[in-house]
Amino acid sequence: MKTIKTCVTALISALLVFSPVAYADKWSDQFPHIKATGDIPGDCSYESMSKKNYKGKTLKINTHAVPVMGEPTALHAEQFAKLTGAKVDVTHTPAGDLYAKAMVPFQAGQAPYDIVFGFSNFINDWRRYLEPVPKKYVEMKQMKDVTPSHIGVASWDGVMYQFPVDGDRHYLKYRKDVIDNPEYQKQYKEATGKELKVPTTWKEYGEMAAYFNGWDWDGDGEKEYGSAEVMKKDDLMYAAFYSRSAAYSKNPKTPGGFFFDLETMKPLINNPGFVEALTDWVAATKYVPPGGINFGLGDEIGSFGGGQTLFSFSWDDAFVAAMQPDSPINNKVGAAQLPGATKVWNRKTNSWDEGFNQAPFFVWGWAVGVAKKSKEKEMAFDYLCFFANEANHQADIGIGRFGVNPFRNDDFKVDVWTQIGWDKDIAQSYVDTLAQMEQSKNRVFPLRVPGTFEFNAALATAAAKALAGQLSPQAALDEAAKQWEDILNRVGKDNVRKAYAVGVAMEDNKQ
Amino acid sequence: MNFKHKFVFLFPGLFVLIGILIFPIIFTIRLSLSGWNSYTPEMNFIGITNYIRLFTDDPRFWESFFRLSFLSVTTVILQYIIGFALAMMVWREIKFKRFFRVIFLVPMMTTPVIMTVIWRTFFHESLGPVNDLLGGLGVKPILWLSDPVIAKFTVIIVEVWQWTPFMFLLLLAGLLSLPKEPFLAAAIDGASPFRKFVYVTFPLMAPISIGAIIIRLIEASKIMDTVFVLTSGGPGTATETSSFYIYIKGLREFQMGYAATLSFTYLVIMIISLTIIAKVLTKLMIKE
Repeated sequence: MKTIKTCVTALISALLVFSPVAYADKWSDQFPHIKATGDIPGDCSYESMSKKNYKGKTLKINTHAVPVMGEPTALHAEQFAKLTGAKVDVTHTPAGDLYAKAMVPFQAGQAPYDIVFGFSNFINDWRRYLEPVPKKYVEMKQMKDVTPSHIGVASWDGVMYQFPVDGDRHYLKYRKDVIDNPEYQKQYKEATGKELKVPTTWKEYGEMAAYFNGWDWDGDGEKEYGSAEVMKKDDLMYAAFYSRSAAYSKNPKTPGGFFFDLETMKPLINNPGFVEALTDWVAATKYVPPGGINFGLGDEIGSFGGGQTLFSFSWDDAFVAAMQPDSPINNKVGAAQLPGATKVWNRKTNSWDEGFNQAPFFVWGWAVGVAKKSKEKEMAFDYLCFFANEANHQADIGIGRFGVNPFRNDDFKVDVWTQIGWDKDIAQSYVDTLAQMEQSKNRVFPLRVPGTFEFNAALATAAAKALAGQLSPQAALDEAAKQWEDILNRVGKDNVRKAYAVGVAMEDNKQ
Repeated sequence: MNFKHKFVFLFPGLFVLIGILIFPIIFTIRLSLSGWNSYTPEMNFIGITNYIRLFTDDPRFWESFFRLSFLSVTTVILQYIIGFALAMMVWREIKFKRFFRVIFLVPMMTTPVIMTVIWRTFFHESLGPVNDLLGGLGVKPILWLSDPVIAKFTVIIVEVWQWTPFMFLLLLAGLLSLPKEPFLAAAIDGASPFRKFVYVTFPLMAPISIGAIIIRLIEASKIMDTVFVLTSGGPGTATETSSFYIYIKGLREFQMGYAATLSFTYLVIMIISLTIIAKVLTKLMIKE
């Protein structure tokens, strides 16, 4: 009897232990994208989706062009179609047109797409046309693992309108093989009298970038340069500028607004903190690769990821691209928080507060919602849930060109990254950087107010004029501030204040 | 047939005309009097507020307009000169005439956006072959796309390359249709090739030249795709043209009402200026 009991127990244990593997084998054979993990059980896993029947139904999706978000959208659409029998039509649209392509039919009361991809800072303009994420999905296990910052980014006044599929922030990427190289450390010390280390301030960043600019420091026969940055107007450059400005302008002693003074709604973007950042940025045009002033995000990813520059800062994509096995600088890069500053502007006292200051920028990321007028809402949410299920997410975040970046607590575990071939210390520096940003109490969140596009475009145009030498930093930002005043008057100060207060509450750690 | 019945036959054409020409213009005018944008998605009526904003508080539009004038006039002049020279070349009896005629037309047959992407790759300052080639000759890298002045000339190069064949085609057709007698008379009088060109070919070609120049000016004044792909209006606003600026206001910032104001104003300015240009060219080029 005892023998039988033992055998039964062993059999049950074996079934329990090996059953997930059996699923993994079954689904990963069919869908090689998840071969590293297999299917991971959950409400929206491959197994769960295979039980849905959407045969005869069509799901229409508008997403970004390939690569970046367009590629995973199409891949998961194909998988979803195979699993559920649905027909999925995916339309690819350039980043700059995503807003208008959804907004035109939204405003006309039509729903040509069930699912629309865009950026999280569209939320205020889009939310009236989007279906809130149903409670069923909000309470799922996979959603519970999303970090509070990214739940906040996807929600408005506590209601989730965007289904979390991506988590974005700007941070510093550097060439570890150069910064940690004792020979270069000695050489740099002799030349400048300073230590070569991971820069903690933008001034240090600039000095090191200038030193390592225009010569072949990695011995590949090509010249390398100091920094690759997104400087192209209308190609997300305003986000890069906010990243450079945060350290000089986000003062923890003066809560109540980074972009505007929430009380008076006076634009703050021409205060000395922002001007200092723009002055630094104009100087940076001297240490970017030739043509770097026209680099968009794709150029920045290609430049740093291809080993052309010492530094870079923006979204995760360049770092993940650099860490892919086929990259020439695989395992030669490091991550750190955005540099800080040795002073920060205090708008209450109208003077600089001396002392180190650093502020992470939780720049907007990819966001996706379901149209309120969609006739296939359930299928649409199932698709999004499937897109972001554990197995897909783990596979997606390891592919730089997908543009899917960490937003779950599990993503901040070193093992996730060492499993895909990252060196342990690099993986550690990466997850530490992301975790520190999550824990920071001096964060900046993107502007998400009515007219966001107009505000950002005005700022980008002014900054671009300064970078091109058409205006001085102060004159450029004065021009931007004047335009922000005009936009405020058109949109209505109270409308903007009401929306801006939501972001300020997050920045001031009240939410 | 009753006279009134004749109008019945005109109605279909008239409806089409109203539908595709008159209605969009009237709609644009109405839209320009509204504040339609991302946060006020309705055709409200705000009077001439957008026009006041344009004429008193939008120097960027006027800068882009003057920049456009420079770019379009320069490109069309260059296209005319090169196009005329090429047309003259293959008008003569030369070897491989047909081959050259086809070759000269190739740029026009390519897709502008695709070709501009290729040009952008050529002119890429650190990765493009043009600077590599110049580097081999000992020339320092040229900031084709990131210097505010040079970037304008880069746009001109691409536009001239793409659209000179169109000018070539029109002018060649004109040359082929010229009467032979004036040329025979000039030959009998012993006129040199230069005098023949100045006193016979050029005056005879004047009406066709004016037509070709005006057609190209209309097209060049809408320059958008080249700027969009090559420079995105940068560096700064150095290559921003009116149509690109209107695109930004309308489809990037979603200020539909204001973009309609810009479009309608631009249309009026273009009609007036092209009419004046046509009159001036006629006066200068056609001797009574």
